[in-house]
Amino acid sequence: MHDYLLDVKGLETQFKTPDGIVHAVNGISFGLKEGETLGVVGESGCGKSVTMLSVLGLIPIPPGKIVAGEAFFFGQDLLKMSKEEIRHVRGAQIAMVFQDPMTSLNPVLTVGLQLVEPLMLHLGMTRKQSDTRAAELLEMVGIPKAKDRLGDYPHQFSGGMRQRVMIAMALSCSPQILIADEPTTALDVTIQAQIMDLVRRLRDELGMTVIWITHDLGVVANLAQRVIVMYGGYIIEEAPVKELYFNPSHPYTLGLLGSLPRLDEKGRHRLTSIDGVPPVLFEKPVHCPFAPRCKFAVEHCWKENPPLNEVTPGHRTACWVDVKTGRER
Amino acid sequence: MEKENANVLLHVDNLVKHFPITKGILFQKQVGAVRAVDGVSFDIYQGETLGLVGESGCGKSTTGRTILQLYRPTSGAVNFGGVDLVALKGEDLRLMRRKMQMIFQDPYASLNPRMTVGEIIGEPLVVHNVANAKEIQERVSNLLEVVGLNAGFANRYPHEFSGGQRQRIGVARALALQPSFIVCDEPISALDVSIQAQVVNLLEDLQNQFNLTYLFIAHDLSMVRHISDRVAVMYLGIIIELADRDTLYLNPLHPYTQALLSAVPIADPVADSKRKRVILQGDVPSPVNPPSGCRFRTRCPIAEGLCAESQPKFRELKPGHFVACHFAERFV
Repeated sequence: MHDYLLDVKGLETQFKTPDGIVHAVNGISFGLKEGETLGVVGESGCGKSVTMLSVLGLIPIPPGKIVAGEAFFFGQDLLKMSKEEIRHVRGAQIAMVFQDPMTSLNPVLTVGLQLVEPLMLHLGMTRKQSDTRAAELLEMVGIPKAKDRLGDYPHQFSGGMRQRVMIAMALSCSPQILIADEPTTALDVTIQAQIMDLVRRLRDELGMTVIWITHDLGVVANLAQRVIVMYGGYIIEEAPVKELYFNPSHPYTLGLLGSLPRLDEKGRHRLTSIDGVPPVLFEKPVHCPFAPRCKFAVEHCWKENPPLNEVTPGHRTACWVDVKTGRER
Repeated sequence: MEKENANVLLHVDNLVKHFPITKGILFQKQVGAVRAVDGVSFDIYQGETLGLVGESGCGKSTTGRTILQLYRPTSGAVNFGGVDLVALKGEDLRLMRRKMQMIFQDPYASLNPRMTVGEIIGEPLVVHNVANAKEIQERVSNLLEVVGLNAGFANRYPHEFSGGQRQRIGVARALALQPSFIVCDEPISALDVSIQAQVVNLLEDLQNQFNLTYLFIAHDLSMVRHISDRVAVMYLGIIIELADRDTLYLNPLHPYTQALLSAVPIADPVADSKRKRVILQGDVPSPVNPPSGCRFRTRCPIAEGLCAESQPKFRELKPGHFVACHFAERFV
């Protein structure tokens, strides 16, 4: 088998809420190969962000709780590490960029100070060394007059510039893995294109492994090599990027692609929407989580949750039905 | 679609909306203005959907609200079915409002949490005093069914519904007075992908059923192409290009439209990798102090000296295809 850089097995995360326990992530396993870009796609509440936060030990406990699972990174299980130990991994070896560049920077500290912090903490640089390095980093992510801007506060930067600062911060300790959690969702398309271009360039220059979380199947199409689709806390399909778009084998993926209008659309056609709404899982379903919204559902789907099985090499799907024939596999 | 003989429902002429920036507390004086909309002109034909796209802060929502007279324009004219809305006041304007409604972006903020769904949808009928209590009740049940909700939901409160369902309630409210024109201000951008398609399909069905005219404001260019008959592109308070949707998307004449379209990712890894991408540098300038001449010149890949000196006219380069660029001929 493959040697994975990050190997997540059977991860299960729950949240205690006043209404009951929410089963956010329900035993998912995936591997991340060195040097690849993995896209994680799903709608809000499907567990895509919680998965990554769990791996990095960023889930607030309580109300959150990691019930089961392992996440191996260089032979060590991240989920078993102490707070102190994982702090040395986080930021230094695995870094994360968050969705909202407006709220993830501290508004009362200068950008320079926030950039210098990980350098001094993880790399043990002196203030002077780290100041020089911080300016280099800002320059690398394409901020003009980088040196002069170190003393500026976050509100003096635009949304796109702030996301660049976040990326500079994430890359400051040359991490092996960069986890980007919807980094372009809050930005305009032209700025999104700038940021995606930047990440693509830095990834190729620095040979980084990237996990890109998004709800936008368009963004993933031109960035990732492999894609995971999540629904209701489960991985429901995993495939190389072309395979997923041209040969989707789960009804949800099929529905998602059909409900997306295309920029190169020809003529008029109706979008094939998916009926119903995504689930909130107060109980772990015994049936397939997508069955209530599925056009293909057969009796079996209501009795047993399908496991993630390989349909062709590298292409796994969790469905009892073959969407091409409409019959049970 | 047969535009030459189609009826113009709405004619917008050189519409301007400036928001004043003031200084001082007691003796306020104006020190500048946010030039949110700075002279836009276009027509909307009976029964069509005009898409209005642009990045955040370009003035597209302000344009929609100024047309409906939710903001009174600084100058310019809005002619709706032969009536100049800008000149109307008081009761006359209120009567016109029956014919034009709005669907808002955020289905969480645009429904009053203390009112039942029935009260929300029935409120326009009460305000305009067009029906008695029993008629309102019937009309509300009917409207709920029209937008694909259960008529029994009338006694529930907004928090009991999901985002997509709430947006359907917002649509039902907009339809209550049987308007002919609806401004849809980013009606789907707060919704999940699978729900977006549901709402867009609903809007299309309602348009066919009730012969509605839409001004569809959005930043999602793929969705705008899907729903619109014609599309206008805004940048920093002005419309820089307007054409029917296939012409605009296949043969954009303004460098900004070209860059905007090339920046949109397509959910197809092969088609996407073949595209030529124009990546714009920098951010949108401030609308308080827009660049001289052409407003796009600071980010434009083909800008020349002339662009800084004079503002390009919004001209009809080909029949039905308007563009505001000095050098648009190059792309014909």
